[in-house]
Amino acid sequence: MNEDLRSLASDVVDKARALGADEADAYVRSGVESTVSVRMSKIEKLIEAGARSGTIRVIKDKRTAVCNTSDLTPKALDEMVRTAVELARISEPDVYAGLPDKEDLATGMGAALQLYDERIESLGVDEMKDIVLRAEQVAFDFDPRITNSEGAEFGAERGLLVLANSLGFCGSYPYTAASFSVAVMADDADGKKRNDYWFSAERMLHRLADPVEVGRRAAERAVRKIGARKISTREVPVVWDPVMTARLAGAVAGAASGEALFKRSTFLADREGMAIASPLVSIACDSTLPAQLGSRPFDGEGVRTRRNPLVEGGVFRQFLFDSYYARRMSRRTTGSASRSGDAITIGDGNLVFEAGTTDPAEIVAGVHEGLYLTDLMGFGTNLTTGDFSRGAAGMWIERGRLAYPVTEINVSGNLNDMLASIDAVGTDLQWLGGSAAPTVRMTRMVVSGL
Amino acid sequence: MSTNDTGLLAEAFFRDRYAIDQAAAADLLGIAMSRGGEHAELYFEHREGSNIVFEQQAVKTASRSTTQGVGIRVVLGDAIGYAYTEDLSRDATRRAADTAARIASRGTTAPPIDVMHFESANYYAPEASTLGVAPAGKVGLIRRADSAARAFDPSIARVDINFIDEMKHVMIVTSDGRIAGDVQPLVRFNVSCLSERNGNRQTARWGGGGRMGMSYFDTHSPEALAGEAARQSVVLQSAIDAPAGTFPVVLAAGDSGILLHEAIGHGLEADFNRKKTSNYSDAMGELVASPLCTVVDDGTIQDSRGSINIDDEGNAPGYNVLIEDGVLRGYIQDRISTRHFKVAPTGNGRRQSFKHYPMPRMTNTYMLAGQSAPDDIIRSVERGIYCVAFNGGQVNISNGDFVFSVTEGYMIEGGRITAPIKNVNLIGNGPDVLRKVTAVGSDFALSDGRWTCGKDGQSVPVGVGIPTTLISGITVGGTAM
Repeated sequence: MNEDLRSLASDVVDKARALGADEADAYVRSGVESTVSVRMSKIEKLIEAGARSGTIRVIKDKRTAVCNTSDLTPKALDEMVRTAVELARISEPDVYAGLPDKEDLATGMGAALQLYDERIESLGVDEMKDIVLRAEQVAFDFDPRITNSEGAEFGAERGLLVLANSLGFCGSYPYTAASFSVAVMADDADGKKRNDYWFSAERMLHRLADPVEVGRRAAERAVRKIGARKISTREVPVVWDPVMTARLAGAVAGAASGEALFKRSTFLADREGMAIASPLVSIACDSTLPAQLGSRPFDGEGVRTRRNPLVEGGVFRQFLFDSYYARRMSRRTTGSASRSGDAITIGDGNLVFEAGTTDPAEIVAGVHEGLYLTDLMGFGTNLTTGDFSRGAAGMWIERGRLAYPVTEINVSGNLNDMLASIDAVGTDLQWLGGSAAPTVRMTRMVVSGL
Repeated sequence: MSTNDTGLLAEAFFRDRYAIDQAAAADLLGIAMSRGGEHAELYFEHREGSNIVFEQQAVKTASRSTTQGVGIRVVLGDAIGYAYTEDLSRDATRRAADTAARIASRGTTAPPIDVMHFESANYYAPEASTLGVAPAGKVGLIRRADSAARAFDPSIARVDINFIDEMKHVMIVTSDGRIAGDVQPLVRFNVSCLSERNGNRQTARWGGGGRMGMSYFDTHSPEALAGEAARQSVVLQSAIDAPAGTFPVVLAAGDSGILLHEAIGHGLEADFNRKKTSNYSDAMGELVASPLCTVVDDGTIQDSRGSINIDDEGNAPGYNVLIEDGVLRGYIQDRISTRHFKVAPTGNGRRQSFKHYPMPRMTNTYMLAGQSAPDDIIRSVERGIYCVAFNGGQVNISNGDFVFSVTEGYMIEGGRITAPIKNVNLIGNGPDVLRKVTAVGSDFALSDGRWTCGKDGQSVPVGVGIPTTLISGITVGGTAM
């Protein structure tokens, strides 16, 4: 399959050139996925399928067109290439269009990255089922108030990704991923239900967390919400649990997109080299970490990947670029192109909010009155202005201790002030699939409630 | 035979292109049922989509995509086996049917299945698709929008526009002997504007569309769509920080229907209620909202983004009353839940694509008009918030807590709409907020077609709608203390 797909991608590029394209690249993906989900100790879903797709990008007279298809028969691929070349005519000449520079293309195929686990080839339905049944049972056994389940699910996939272009590049790598999650519900006194989940996601089967640990954490997180109440509006310190800190890092990465810079739709515009956060804050995108889900030897354009520091000691270091927006902004690609369907977007590797030096227990202990944030809801992050206003839930901190759960509240601020006000970063770096983050504390945010 | 039956068009499409006829479908169903499944269905799909990305006054990329495949589901009790393949050859589809069959293991011989055509409705016209329109025609509309946005105000510094459309052929064949299909056009026009004034940058997005062709633009000019995005970005230039705390909130007619979608729609999806994971479980016949509220889910609105001629399990869409005068009357059902609750199908079994299994999903969800004059509703508020446009919401089904983000909102002071506010989020609890509805306007409006609903990683197009509505108290997450 490996060689077949590589030659298929190269053939598609050759065909595009033969039809008049000045430049072209082909992105082909083929994979197999299985999902097993159980609920209340019974099997609920069994999904198995193979998926594949081919995408061609052509550039003719500096006009770009993209076509993709899930039909990889020679006839369909011919048609795809022909359509792309025709479609290029309606695009408009754009001097910035084109493939990356040849010297930026990857040379190694990342054998050391450990992106593939052979064990997943032989992973059977029964094995997956046993893991999730166990995790769900542990959650039920954790506390009698856990009375219902939204299910536990195991997913595994493996496949091959190929990228070929008219600069002579043809790269490919096989990949695997495995993950499982448990979501349970606890009964609260007023008939309300409190739910939460936990999960583990890895490329390698043996790196997955113990189902006992995942089940216990899901239950613990649901049970601690029992008795959640509303609170009145006030301004207080907010402690972000690692899952929430990872979301904060995601907002920073979104604002660091070179596309957003070009569109001036980011609060980080014109601020490279300037302090945008407390000196305790360092955030990086890193596609080179072995065995991590966000790692890859080359990006969606074949460019060699690397570690891209975004924030170092509070100073904003750089935007992330694919080759197009890099050219538009007179920069160089950072190997951050991501491909999905017919689109190239900017999105890069593993997102890591680096650990600090404070014990997470001390971070909470240092708060007289405040919010320990465990949930964020909704879409209220405005990356153009940095305005941030999101639905939230968590634990109320009183005199340095988690006192009681709170819900139906809102946290708001502006990312500029929020990042600057971080006065503690935990030692507890937690990996969450393709991202990692510790506990952090902000000195002040508005918490709205009653 | 009705010439308006889109199902016949879809059947002909799959027969001509892939040689999948009733006999081939019956053969696959036989394999799917061969291990003792109780029900099986085949979902054939062919989707063609196009997207024109316009940035900085030029077409950056034109793209086109084709996906095709079949999803095969075998149901056994509440459990499902699901397999899909993009390869529509006889061998590959038979293999997928056998894989899906493995949810069961009784090894019975299924009786042969005869499939009969089931007629589809006619809530939009397949021939109307914009997909076949020459790209130059679409670029012409885009340029008109770009000029209009730039002309709106000198502060408009950036305009980005997308013209996205698709044409989907679907065919559903079920083991209870039904073959049905649909041809589904969908168009969407998006405009994003950035207003920059003295270093203050504000972005706003607007757009619309539906299951229509170019005729959509007869009633929604590109200039009007772009002008709306430009207007919102300029309004934000003078917006003040929103207050924090609990206030009366007036929802403007139309887009505010997103509140219903989040606050109550998801909680009434029958899968959650079947599993008793919704806060509306076991509440049928109870008063769950203010008696002023009557909420329906209606897949039959002509040309609307959320409408369907047939659902993805082969059932006809309907006008389904969910809440009548505040009383819970019905859930949003799929096949598994109708069997559980022993009720008739509501036509809400939907899925994103052949790679996805169907679930109970909303179509167009809205609240019926009430008695109050919209102006009187605003006049009745001493100090509160007026919400006009939104960029999305989210709900926790199990306890009803929801949020939604307001992109255009204003203060109401002394019964008058005053300063625009920014950075506004509303947070509440579905049942709680619906009980606090104290006035419903006579001015019902449906949103323009720009909403997409996500659930379990699956996206489907939906519509929302509401008249001007007053909620006596809801938590406003602002920054002004």
